Amino acid sequence: MNLHTLIDSLISDTLQKSLPLFGPELVLCATIVVLLLARVLPLFDRIPPVVIAFIGAVTALIAAVPQQGLASFAEIESQELFTGMLVYDGMTAYFKLFLMAFAVLFVILSQLTGIADRDDGQDYFSLVFGATIGMCIMVSSNHLLTMFLGVEMASVPSYVLAGIVKGRRRSSEAALKYAVYGAGAAGVMLYGTSLLAGLLGSAHFPTMAQRLVEFDLPTRIADRELTVMVLALAGLMVGVGLAFKLSAVPFHFWCPDVFEGASAEVAGFLSVASKAAALALLVRVAIGMTYEPPTSDKLGSPPPDVAVIQPADVHAPILLVAQQQAAGDDSAAVATTKEGPLDPVRSFVVTLIGVVSIVTCTFGNLAAYGQRNIKRMLAYSTIAHAGFMMMPVAAAVALVGMGKTAAASEAIAALMLYATIYLFMNLGAFAIIAFMRNSMQSEEIKDYSGLIGRSPLIAVAFTTILFSLVGLPPLAGFWPKLRVLQSLFEANSPLLMFVMVVAAANTALSLVYYLRVAKTMCIDREADGTRPVTLGFFQTAFVLAMALPVVLYGLDPERIARWTQQAASGLFQ
Amino acid sequence: MNLSDPIIYLSLMVFLPALGALALAFFPRGKEEAVRYTTLGITILTFMLSLGLFFDARGVEFKTGVADMQDMFSAPWIPTFGIQYLMGLDGISFPLVVLTTFLSILSFIASWSITKHVKAFCILFLLLETGMIGVFMALDFFLFYVLWEVMLLPMYFLIGVWGGPRKEYAAIKFFLYTLVGSVLMLIAILMLYFNSDLTLLNPQQLVHAGVVKVEANGPRSTPESAFAEWVESEDDALAKRFREIKAETDPAKKRQLHTFNILALQHIGQHEDSPFNREAWLGKSIQWWAFILLFIGFAIKVPSVPLHTWLPDAHVEAPTPISMILAGVLLKMGGYGILRICYPICPAAGYDLAYIVCLVGVVSMVWGAFAALAQNDFKRMVAYSSVSHMGYVVLGLGVWSLGMWSATTPGSFTYNADYWKMGVNGAMFQMIAHGISSAGMFFCVGVLYDRVHHRNLNEFGGIMARMPVYSGFAIVIFFAGLGLPGLCGFIGEVFVVLSVWKYSQLLAIISAAVVILTAAYILWAIQRVYLGAEYKGPHGEALTPMLPREFVIAVPLTVMAIVLGVYPQALLNYMQPSVDQQVQQLADWTERFDASREALKKSLGEEEEQVALAVPASLPATPAALKTSIESSARPAQ
Repeated sequence: MNLHTLIDSLISDTLQKSLPLFGPELVLCATIVVLLLARVLPLFDRIPPVVIAFIGAVTALIAAVPQQGLASFAEIESQELFTGMLVYDGMTAYFKLFLMAFAVLFVILSQLTGIADRDDGQDYFSLVFGATIGMCIMVSSNHLLTMFLGVEMASVPSYVLAGIVKGRRRSSEAALKYAVYGAGAAGVMLYGTSLLAGLLGSAHFPTMAQRLVEFDLPTRIADRELTVMVLALAGLMVGVGLAFKLSAVPFHFWCPDVFEGASAEVAGFLSVASKAAALALLVRVAIGMTYEPPTSDKLGSPPPDVAVIQPADVHAPILLVAQQQAAGDDSAAVATTKEGPLDPVRSFVVTLIGVVSIVTCTFGNLAAYGQRNIKRMLAYSTIAHAGFMMMPVAAAVALVGMGKTAAASEAIAALMLYATIYLFMNLGAFAIIAFMRNSMQSEEIKDYSGLIGRSPLIAVAFTTILFSLVGLPPLAGFWPKLRVLQSLFEANSPLLMFVMVVAAANTALSLVYYLRVAKTMCIDREADGTRPVTLGFFQTAFVLAMALPVVLYGLDPERIARWTQQAASGLFQ
Repeated sequence: MNLSDPIIYLSLMVFLPALGALALAFFPRGKEEAVRYTTLGITILTFMLSLGLFFDARGVEFKTGVADMQDMFSAPWIPTFGIQYLMGLDGISFPLVVLTTFLSILSFIASWSITKHVKAFCILFLLLETGMIGVFMALDFFLFYVLWEVMLLPMYFLIGVWGGPRKEYAAIKFFLYTLVGSVLMLIAILMLYFNSDLTLLNPQQLVHAGVVKVEANGPRSTPESAFAEWVESEDDALAKRFREIKAETDPAKKRQLHTFNILALQHIGQHEDSPFNREAWLGKSIQWWAFILLFIGFAIKVPSVPLHTWLPDAHVEAPTPISMILAGVLLKMGGYGILRICYPICPAAGYDLAYIVCLVGVVSMVWGAFAALAQNDFKRMVAYSSVSHMGYVVLGLGVWSLGMWSATTPGSFTYNADYWKMGVNGAMFQMIAHGISSAGMFFCVGVLYDRVHHRNLNEFGGIMARMPVYSGFAIVIFFAGLGLPGLCGFIGEVFVVLSVWKYSQLLAIISAAVVILTAAYILWAIQRVYLGAEYKGPHGEALTPMLPREFVIAVPLTVMAIVLGVYPQALLNYMQPSVDQQVQQLADWTERFDASREALKKSLGEEEEQVALAVPASLPATPAALKTSIESSARPAQ
């Protein structure tokens, strides 16, 4: 095989297979270029940036719809793109659709709140779309490099977005804190990544899982080898980077400050899209490291298109992916040993995620009690929900270990359902906060008192959203919580049972602070000197468009539930 | 729309108030009278629908003397999660549904005096009614749970917005207590769901649980043939999975068919190889833990001592109509849950813990009565009387009196569930009677409070002279609460106390003695409020005679109190067959359970008595498991 055929196969792989499935990202890239160019060109600078952004986002949304339509998530076969750097399966498709739908809604919201005016719009939307592309890479990541790339691509624009409101000290402070913290976390993560890749000789998730199998961890642990420690350390360091994106305790400190300092819209962006992408990445890493496909007779043979470009000449620069030798037959025998070779990895991941999730959830809920600023309160609520959403990942890994792959994909489906419902709840909440800020120049909870008299519709919508965040049936927020508890129950290990009990107790715990806001709005008397609240037609319509699904999906969650179930079904073949 | 279909008729009954609430949301501002009359119309219409079940007016009828579920229907709701829209009525739920619709009208008339945010009040009130009716009809555990929670939000705001001075504290206390209870319930639901197995049931039980439908004639007229056809049907996803699981012979690969169907769970719980008997934690079985969690959840609602502290606060702060609903209907849900869910699904745990449940009931009775004696606030006194009266319900439900040791032949035990049936019937009767008398008592307090704006028992007196008609009604209703023979409160109490005598004489003596305490606090209250020479408290000039509106509320309550007291059969005819059947099933189950335990003891012999004692202490052993352990332990003895 010479260089020519290599390049040929590479080109055909890229053009015919990878790029069509990379459509939404390409559309967003093009939109960014158009946005930035339009400012320079004399005639085009008349077009408001929001129009370009809106067209771009809608096109990306259309591009993100799976080829066979919305109900065909189950038919999407898992395939690797760009020689294994990314993976395209039902989960990727679902999360991309989710992110693009969020982008569309977010562009509309930004226009309605007026944050992206004529001068700033180009910068603002380019940053948002840039971060969204990063998130798309995160959700489809199949390689340590793309994992890191995605995290950074999503983070760096977010740092700027946090400080986009110029001339506000708090905003700049938030951006600086976020950037410094993020840089630290990224450094640690990168170190962990290099350790992992060095130890396992690969950065490609499926290959790494195979290497872990070959690594024969049980024997090494029994021999008290130091490599095991290094491996665990590397895993922890990668976990630090993920925990930072997830705002999981103890790497959550940036979250309240950034949410309080940044504008409400950006806070909504960070709490919905960024969290969803981070969770999807957590699934990719956790499942990628702990799940070996049952077709282990072909262990070691990379995907066919990768195999083509995997000759002996190691100095070919594209050989990022599958550096494994044809170490086929001997590793298959390992799987039959009494303790599965991946079991130590699984119990490590389950324990890590399980413990972090309950600490995060409980801490977030407790810290939210004392908050006076509504954005800060919702920041802690986001932390708590992130903890809740991490739980099904732990359950899924545990279920994979027990061989219950169907139940494991149910657990991931629970996470997807959670993320989707969470979009409506939190985007709605932050939209209301942004509108109220525009209307009464305040984000303090006490200034919401007596809102029911000033703007009954907003008060009712906000109350509905808050109770949905508690997880009170028949509102939509209940169903994902139920699915999470179910998956934890099904995993049936002492740790996860404890996690389930803590999670259930947290529901009651979180009631108090959400209820306090609802009480302030609906029961408390209006304070003297509060300004009247005036909301335009479109603003009200947007709030309703967020709050109505919270009620309707609560009454009939069947469709979304089925989509998520189908999307997750392809994860474990 | 065809009203003769139960799914339409019963759904309409449940959701008519919610639809009304939705319609009210679009009423323009300022039309308060119109909003009130619309709401009243909707509550009356709902009541008419529930009355329609007494007659065969529309083809949907509730027949007397039938023990099984009637008018049952099911439809898929969230098939992905295995949740059904399954409802039905039997003698346990039907009286409670009628009570709910009846009290809804009366309490809405009582809320005519509310002038603050009338529209919001009406919307929340109607949503509350939907939740209440739905809880009593739901037969899918999840539907039950969702509707149970539906009531929380309206109730929170109804207390929190329209309540008294400490309304916010009372409202959040109510909310938190109930939410903690329902979280426990949720965990129990998951425990039961993941251990349930529909494939254990025989065709008859599947028909009874509404999984398989029997037609009046044609090929599906008997349970067996209907089952045979159902299990072969291709279009039913459940039947398909049922068939697959049944076909799996390898026990290692055998999976379970989980279900949320309450009736199916009851059969699974009483099955001899019940999967709920597996050990869960600390040597106790799954059903033991589920029973504990569910019982705590329901005991909060009842409320039983020591989980009752939300009730006095909520009652005192809530406006009069909401107190009526709270005492009249919401507390009954606790009792209903214990009867419908705790005992039939977790019989072994109920058997094990029967004495503790009875003790909780008796402690509530005594505690509530003493606390009521100590109150100076009229409404608080009535609230504590509710705690005491609902103690009878818990006691009656918990009584597991099985039969008697023979006097002539020592050691022979005859199983006879008659007293047990009497206790449960008494508890059910007490729930309805208390629904009427406590709603009436709160109404009477409200009438006075509307006029003089205080509730201090020591500042009343001489009301009889100022408001003779009202005082007449009030005294009848208070005597009904006291349990005077001839009024509704008597029947339930006497049934319960009689049945307890067979179970535990100590508890029977204590519970009978509570009657004296009850008489003391009620008579003392009547004396301090209604009797006496003249009224000396504040706002004496406002003590005007009863309004026609108040008259309309007082008359039906008084009439019902008298009718049920004089002719209890009117209620028992509807209620008794279902209650008796459920108790009989549990009694049969207990007989089987005792027999298997006895067999185990005997086979173990004298010298291994310690083992024999240890095994029944950990109840989870199934009869099948017992058999094997008997065989294995018997062998060395030979």
